Order: sequence, then structure tokens, then C-alpha cells
Amino acid sequence: MAIPKVMGTETEYGITVPTSADFNPVLGSSLLINAYAAQAIKRIRWDYEEESPLRDARGFDLRTEAGEGAVDGDLGLANVILTNGARYYVDHAHPEYSTPECTNPRELVIHDRAGERILEESMKRAAEVMPGGDRILIYKNNTDGKGTSYGTHENYLVDRAVPFARLVHDILPFFVTRQLYCGAGLLGGQSPGKEGTYQISQRADFFEVEVGLETTLKRPIVNTRDEPHADPEKYRRLHVIIGDANMSQVATFLKLGTTAIVLKMIEDEAITEDFSFDNSVQSLRAISHDTQCKDTYKLRDGRTVRAVDVQWAYHEMAQKYFARNDPDPWTAEVMLRWDEMLSGIERDPMTLAGQVDWVAKYRMLDGYRLKNDLAWKDSKLRMMDLQYHDVREDKGLAYLLERGGKLERLVDEDSVQRAMVEPPSDTRAYFRGSCLAKYSKHIAAASWDSVIFDTGQDILQRVPMSEPLRGTREHVAPLLAQCDTAAELVSRLQG
Amino acid sequence: MSKTGGGQEKKKRQGGGGEGDDDAGQTQTDVAKKAEEVKEDLDELLDEIDSVLEENAEEFVRSFIQKGGE
Repeated sequence: MAIPKVMGTETEYGITVPTSADFNPVLGSSLLINAYAAQAIKRIRWDYEEESPLRDARGFDLRTEAGEGAVDGDLGLANVILTNGARYYVDHAHPEYSTPECTNPRELVIHDRAGERILEESMKRAAEVMPGGDRILIYKNNTDGKGTSYGTHENYLVDRAVPFARLVHDILPFFVTRQLYCGAGLLGGQSPGKEGTYQISQRADFFEVEVGLETTLKRPIVNTRDEPHADPEKYRRLHVIIGDANMSQVATFLKLGTTAIVLKMIEDEAITEDFSFDNSVQSLRAISHDTQCKDTYKLRDGRTVRAVDVQWAYHEMAQKYFARNDPDPWTAEVMLRWDEMLSGIERDPMTLAGQVDWVAKYRMLDGYRLKNDLAWKDSKLRMMDLQYHDVREDKGLAYLLERGGKLERLVDEDSVQRAMVEPPSDTRAYFRGSCLAKYSKHIAAASWDSVIFDTGQDILQRVPMSEPLRGTREHVAPLLAQCDTAAELVSRLQG
Repeated sequence: MSKTGGGQEKKKRQGGGGEGDDDAGQTQTDVAKKAEEVKEDLDELLDEIDSVLEENAEEFVRSFIQKGGE
């Protein structure tokens, strides 16, 4: 029986200071986060205790360092948790925004967009303290077009009982082909000779293997990081690194919704047909360059299929699955829009300019090119490709398309504004965010699966949250309302 | 259990996939309409791009160099 698909996104943003050639991106990322957090809340340190890759390297004494704020003791990098339950921190040389846990794709679209607004706000606040009118510009994309990539990851809660080898087998063909409607579009590639070519995916060029643990080299289509941030006996967190940074809300919605559906089907052993590609990595890259979406690719069993055929097959298996299994409240909308996308790809991909990033961007570039008689290699078009992902509402070209009614909005701006400060109500993010809002002076640290209180006693009090669906508004709001202080809350929780 | 019945009902509302039933027909009309709306005045928008596009595009794009992430 499939488990609820708790999900979140993590986005690394590209940053630059056009007026300063020797700008340091690590310090710049820290500045953005600190500038935002300084005004948002008392900064709470991230608790690394349950993060296995870092645990050994970063042992620290919470009692001596509690209250130090956002600065990580070892590296001096900003790392904060916000009242909406999100984590905002420096990862390598990028500011990274991890949304709070959500139970459905529409709410996650809202929180993903709230992340864009938080980055834009950070940029404005950072500009106030930067010298000489310098400004950090921020892009929600995945590559500089010079061989470097940074990620837009998704996370889904998966039943630990599912054998991982089957999960990999069943999801690979879906991951290779979902770029048809999830690709963010890229003018050019990473190697000489690709200038002036347009491809569907920002990320496809960077993937080298089918399965693996790495995220920065030899990138795998299915990432095997096993760090559930929840009860490891019951759960796995599928860490998805194959995705592009979407600006289109519909594309984000579909990326999350279809993947969540396929994962539920895998849990219930409902992937009954094998569409394994003869060479997944080659097919992934070739599909990215097939903007007509008509080429065929060889499967391991000898058949040749189009990418859209594989997506239709998953769609059809999903229909059969939901004829036998109860759908989630969001299932019907995902299924309908998934159908619309695949029908559009079949007819003419260009008809999807209002929903799919790579098509929206292509039509804009092509229109501008024809109007101004430019070559595809023209730097103005490359600038437009980059600026499509600019997080400034008045400069970002995806936002320009949205304002002009050319890119469909799925969620209203009020919800996005609320999500900048309020957590989702139906996951543990509610407890995390609400505690931050109410008891921040007495919180020493927090993480995905714990909040650590400092109530002035000798020992810090750690409240574990290993169940992502506990700590919801329904579950804890009455308790939080009754407790005026952190000490009361801790005592009630222990009682 | 009403499980099977519930599932069937949902299936119907989802539009029936590529099987050419009424719902799917409706879907295609909607998409085509959306596409037409998009086409109509992209021209106006292209003019607006000139007013927001970064100056010195060539230099800007050349100096946009990122370090790896993830």
C-alpha cells in the first residue's frame, strides 16, 4: 500500500555581481542569507546531528555554541531556518533554498515560488549594505553554459520496504523522458560546436551514469543518497537530481505531481511494462536535443519508441492504477494536465508555450531573433536565455511572460506571500515553523527532524520529529496555543 | 468497500487519456485555444524585452561564470 507522498524541493541559485569581476560567490551567498535572516527572525543554527554525511565532520557542543546565531561554527557559512519551515543556506558557492515539506504538488508550487521571492528580497536587502552600488543578481537556472552545473533537487518520501533496485528499474524510463514537459530549455551546451543549438533540458548534458551516489561528478539519473531525515526503518527519501529549475508553475506542478504518482505506483507494484532504454544516458541527452519530439530511441528489448510514447505508457498505467486505488485529492488535476501535455507534444510542442518552460523560452527567443534578424549564436539571445531565470519580478523574462498572460499562473500571489512566512499546515514543518515564530529565543537549533530547545537548564531539550506527517496544525496547534513559553512546551511534551 | 467504484468515478473525471473520448476532445480544444491566445500578441512583449534586457549582453554572458554546486 503506497504511503503519502510528502515532498519538497531544494534549489541552488546562480549568482553574479556584474560590476565586480573578483566577487566571491561563497561570501556573496552568505551575505544574501544573512541580509534576509537579520530582519526575518533571530537566526537559529541548523542542527547537523541527524545528517549522516556531515555528522562526523561537524561534531560540536550545542551547549557552548547555542545562541551564536546563523553562522556555522566550522565554516562561517550562513545556514538558517525560517518561520515557514524552510532551510536557507550556503551550499558550495550558491545560496540554496529548501522548501518545507508539503503533501501535494500545488502547495509545493506555492512554496517553491515563495523561495524565488525570498531570494529576490535577499538581493534587495544585500544591496543596501554593498559598496558602490554593487548588486548581486540571482538566477534560478542550472548552468553557466561553460561546463558548470548546479542543482534543482526534489525529495519524495518513499516506503523503505520497496526494494531499491526495483525502484530504479521502474523509474528510470520515466526520468529519461519527463523532460518533455519539465525541461527548462537551454540555448547552447557545454562544449564547442553547440553554440546556437537549442535543447530541451538544462541538465541533460551533465549526466553520465544511470545510478549512483554522486551529485557533483559522474552525475547519476537516479541518485542513491540514503538520508531519510525521518524514521529510517520505515522511510526512504528519494533524492531526485535529474530535474531542471522550472520557472513555469505548471511545469513545476507536473514535475512533482507525475513523479509522486509514479512513485506511488512503484510502491504498489503497478509498473507492469518495461520501457528500459538500451542506453538511458545517451537517450536522455538525445531527447534533450530533439525539439520536434519525433525521434525514436532503442529499448533494451529491441523495440524503438518516441519519448512521448514512454510517457503515454506511464500515463496509461497510472489510469489503470487509479481505477483500482483511491486517488489523492490532487491526482485528477495532475492526470488531466499530464494528458494535455502529452497530447500537445504529439500535435506540436509549440502549442505548449503557455505551460512548458523550454517551449515558452524557445518561442520568445525565436520571435525576438526573427524580429531583429539575429543569428542563433547572438549574445542577446544567450542573455535572454539567462534572464528568463532572473528572480527580479521586473526583469525576469519568465515573469514578463506571466504578466503578459503568456505563461500560465497556477497559484495566486497572496498564497505565495503567505508562504514566505507561514509553514504548510499538514506536515511536521508546521511544528518547526510555528516554534520558530513563537519561541525563537529559546531554540538552540533545528533540522528536518528535530527542534532543540534551550530553556535555560543545563541540558538542551531535543524534540525529535521522525514522522513527517506528525506535528501538523491539527496535531499541535492547541498545544502551542496553551504554552506561552518554550519551557512549558517542553514540559508538556515530556509529560 | 466502495474502493473500486470511487476509482472509476475519478478515472472518468481525469479525462480518459488518449482514447479519444469526450473529455479528451475537450482537453485538446482547451490547449489549442490557449496556444492561439499565446500567439496573438507576442509581438508587443518582444518590444518590452528590449526595455528590460541587460545591456552589454556579450560581456554579461561571457562573465557569468559559476562554481559547481550540489
